[in-house]
Amino acid sequence: MAAAVPLLFLGVFFAWPVLTLVGRGLVADGSLDLSGFAEVLGRPRTWRIVGLTLAQATLGTVISVLLGVPGAAVLYRSRFPGRGVLRALVTVPFVLPTVVVGVAFRALLRDNGPLGFLHLDGTFAAIVAALVFFNYAVVVRTVGGLWERLDPRPEQAARSLGASPARAFLTVTLPALTPALTSAASLVFLFCATAFGTVLVLGGMRFGTVETEIWIQTTQFLDLRAASVLSVVQVVVVVAALAVAGRARARRERALSLVDTPVRAVGRPHPLPAVVTAVVLVLLALPLAALVLGSLRTGDGWGLDHYRALGTTGGRNALTVTVWEALGNSLRVAVDATVLALVVGCLVALLVSRRPRRPAARRAVGVLDGVFMLPLGVSAVTVGFGALLTLGHPFGIATDLRATGVLVPVAQAVVAVPLVVRTVLPVLRAVDPRLQEAARTLGAGPGRVLATVDGALAARSVGLAVGFAFAVSLGEFGATSFLARPDRPTLPVVVFRLIGQPGADNYGMALAAGVVLALLTAGVMAAAERLRGPVGGEL
Amino acid sequence: MARTRAARRTIRHTAALGVAALALTACSATGGSPSGGSAGGDGTAGGSVTLVTHDSFHVSDGLLEQFEADTGLTVTQVAPGDGGALVNQLILTKDAPLGDVVYGIDNTFASRAIDEGVLEPYTSQVPAAADAEPYAPDDSGSLTAVDLGDVCLNVDHAWFADRDVPEPATLADLTDPAYRDLTVVTNAATSSPGLAFLLATVGAFGEDGWQQYWRDLTANGLKVAEGWSDAYYTDFSGGGGGGSRPIALSYASSPPETIPEGGGEPTTGALLGTCFRQVEYAGVLAGAQNPEGARRLVDWLLSDAVQADIPGSMYMYPVSSAVDLPEDWAQWAPLADEPYTVPLDEIAANRETWVREWTDLVTG
Repeated sequence: MAAAVPLLFLGVFFAWPVLTLVGRGLVADGSLDLSGFAEVLGRPRTWRIVGLTLAQATLGTVISVLLGVPGAAVLYRSRFPGRGVLRALVTVPFVLPTVVVGVAFRALLRDNGPLGFLHLDGTFAAIVAALVFFNYAVVVRTVGGLWERLDPRPEQAARSLGASPARAFLTVTLPALTPALTSAASLVFLFCATAFGTVLVLGGMRFGTVETEIWIQTTQFLDLRAASVLSVVQVVVVVAALAVAGRARARRERALSLVDTPVRAVGRPHPLPAVVTAVVLVLLALPLAALVLGSLRTGDGWGLDHYRALGTTGGRNALTVTVWEALGNSLRVAVDATVLALVVGCLVALLVSRRPRRPAARRAVGVLDGVFMLPLGVSAVTVGFGALLTLGHPFGIATDLRATGVLVPVAQAVVAVPLVVRTVLPVLRAVDPRLQEAARTLGAGPGRVLATVDGALAARSVGLAVGFAFAVSLGEFGATSFLARPDRPTLPVVVFRLIGQPGADNYGMALAAGVVLALLTAGVMAAAERLRGPVGGEL
Repeated sequence: MARTRAARRTIRHTAALGVAALALTACSATGGSPSGGSAGGDGTAGGSVTLVTHDSFHVSDGLLEQFEADTGLTVTQVAPGDGGALVNQLILTKDAPLGDVVYGIDNTFASRAIDEGVLEPYTSQVPAAADAEPYAPDDSGSLTAVDLGDVCLNVDHAWFADRDVPEPATLADLTDPAYRDLTVVTNAATSSPGLAFLLATVGAFGEDGWQQYWRDLTANGLKVAEGWSDAYYTDFSGGGGGGSRPIALSYASSPPETIPEGGGEPTTGALLGTCFRQVEYAGVLAGAQNPEGARRLVDWLLSDAVQADIPGSMYMYPVSSAVDLPEDWAQWAPLADEPYTVPLDEIAANRETWVREWTDLVTG
C-alpha cells in the first residue's frame, strides 16, 4: 500500500510520458526498430558528447564534495555569529534560474568583465565552475544535516586514545558520514550529468551534454529516434552511477548513533576547513554580487528603479502580469508541489529504509531506491514533451489537463521527490533498529513504532526536505516552461521573458526579479532550518 | 480468490488515493479553474477556444477580454515553447491536438507544419487578409500571415564614431580584418534569430557558398552566443549590458529601444543589407474541438486593434496596411527593402542538414 501511491504517482506522471515518447522513437511501423542504436552510436559526435557529459559530471561532483565537506564542518559543526544566514545563503545558487546564473557568470567572465583576464568565457572550466556553484549547497546541507546529529562521543573517544584530529576524522567521523556523502554525491552527479541551461549558455557551441543533445534533437529536429537512443544512453549512465553509489552505500550502511537534538557545536571552526569555506563563499558570492549590481544599475547611475518596476508589467508591457503577481503564482504552485513531493517522497523513503530479511526482498528495496531517483536522470524535455503527448485526457478526464496548469506542480513534484527521498532517507536508514525492537518488545504496534521512533527521528530532516522541495519548485524552469499557463506565469518564466525583450529597463528588471527570487529562496531555506527544531545561535 | 479481492481492493484504494492527490492539486493553492463550460451567447460561436502560441505571444490588456465579450467565447492559452519546439509539439500531438488555433509558426517551419497535416485550411475574409495573402507559404490556405520582422545585424554607432572606424554595411564586410573580433551572432541550432541569420547567408551566398563565408567569419573572430539575450545584453556594446562587441545579431525593430531617456536618436542601428525576413502565421488546427471559434480567433488576430498592438507588444510589424506604425518605428526602424530569401520548400528540405553543417563549421 505504501509502495502503491508513489509507484502510481511516478508511473502516471513520469514513466508513462517518458516511455511513450521513447517508444515513438524506437517503434517503426508497429515493431521495435533498434537500428537507430547502431546509427546514433556510430556517430563520432555521440561519443564526444557522452564523454563530455561524464567528464563534466565527474569533475563537478568531485569538486563539489571536496569543497562541500569542509563547508559542512564549518556551517554545521561549529558556532559563530551569522552562521544561520550563511547556511541559507549557500542554498541560493541551487535554485536560481539558469538563465539568471548564465547572465551573472557571463557578466563576470566576458572579455571586458572583472574576471575577463582568466579567458574562461565559453570554456569547459566555466561550465564546471557553474556546476559547482549550483551543487555546493547539496553537499553542504546533506552532509551537514547528518553530521550535526552524529553522536560526538566516538570521535571524542578516539581523540582521548591519542588519535590526531585528522586521524579521528578520517577513521571515525568520515565513515559515519558515508551514507550522506554518497547520497549527496549521487545527487550532484545526476544534476551535473543532466545540466542543461548552464551548459548551453556557458559552453557555447563547443560543449554539449547528452541532455542538450536530446533537447536539440527533440525540439529543433524532431528526430525522436536519435533522442530516444540518447535518452536510453542517459538512463544507462545514470543507472550505472546510481549502482556505484548504492554499492558504496551498502558497504558502509550501518546503524549510526544519532542524537536527538543537534550537537552543541564545539565552538570555533578548525582553521583549515574555515579557510577553504571562506574562499568558496567569496567565489559563490561573486556571481550573486554581479547579479545584484546589475539590478541596481540604472540608465544614469544607481538606484532602486528596477525594483520599483517589479510592480508593473515592464517596458512596453513586456509581461501579462506584474512580477509580484508572478511571485504569487510561484508561491501557490510551490505549496502544491511541496505537499505532493513530501507525501510521495516520505512514503518512498519509508519504504526504501526497510531492511527485509529475505535477500530477494532486500534486492527489491535496493532497486526501488534507484527507480525513484530516475526522475533526476531523465531530461526535462523528454518529460515535458511526453506529458503533452499522454496527459491531455488521462483516464477519460473530460478537461484537457494540458491547458489547466495542473501539471505544473505535478511535474515539479516529480523532480523534487528524489530530493525529499535523499534528505529523509539517510536519517531513517540510520535509525538504530534496536530502538524499534525495544518499542516492539514493549508492545507498540507497527504504526506506533513508526510514529514514535522513525517519525520522531526523521521529522527534523523533513523540515529540510520541505525547504528543498519548495526551493526546487520555485526555481524549476525546464518542465514548467512547457506546461505553465501563459496567463499565470511563474517567476522564473517571467525572468526568462523579460531577459528576452529588448530595452535596458527590461534587462534590469529581469535581474531585479532574479534577486527577489534569490532572497525568497534564502528565506524559505532559513525558515526550513527553523522547522528543524531548536538550533543554538540561529539567526 | 480472497487474495485477488484484497489485491483489487488495494488497487482501488490506491487509485482513489491517486485521484485524491490529483484532485488536491486541482483544487488547491494553484486554483486551477478548468476552462470548460460553454458560456455561449446566442448566435455566437460560444463555448471555449484554446489558443496555442509560442512563448513570446502577448497582447495589451483588454484586447483578449474584448474578443471574449464580442464572441461569447472563453479563450484558454497554451504556450509550450518557441518556434521550432512549438511546431514539433503540434506534430507530435496531432492525434490529441493541444488546442484549436495556433499563432506563432514562422516561415522557417511553415512548410513542415503544412506537410505534416497539423492544419486545417481557412481563408479569412477580413480586410487585412488581402495584405496577408502575398506572404502565404503556399496556396492551401493552411496558414495566414499575421506579422513580420527582419532579423538583421545591429551596430553600436558610438563605438564606431569614437574610434573613427567606418561601420560595416554588408555581410561580406564582416570578414574584413578591420572588423576582427567585433561580431556576435546566436546559435542557429537553438535560437530562432540564429537560424534566420544562417538562412540569410544561404540566401546571400547560395547553397554552395555559405559554408565558406562562415569559415571566413569564424576565422575573423566571430562569437556565437547561445540566444538573443546573451548576444544582445552580454556581448553587444550597444545593448545596455556593457558588452564589448559593437556588431550583434538582433532585429530591425531593436534600434528604437536604444533612444536615450531624454529622446533624440537611437545609439544603435540595423544594417538593412544583412536581413532575413521572418513571417509569423496563424492557423486552425486539424482536429480542433471548436473550429468555428478558431476561425474567429484568426480573424481577430488580423483585426485593426490587434494589428496596431503588435509592434508594442511583440516587436513585430503588422501585416495589415490599415494601421499606423508607432512614431519611433516609422522613423528609426524601417524594414529592409530587399531582405535575403530562401524558398520555403528548400528550407523545409534542408534545414536540418544546414544546421548540422553549420554546427560542425562553427565548432571547428
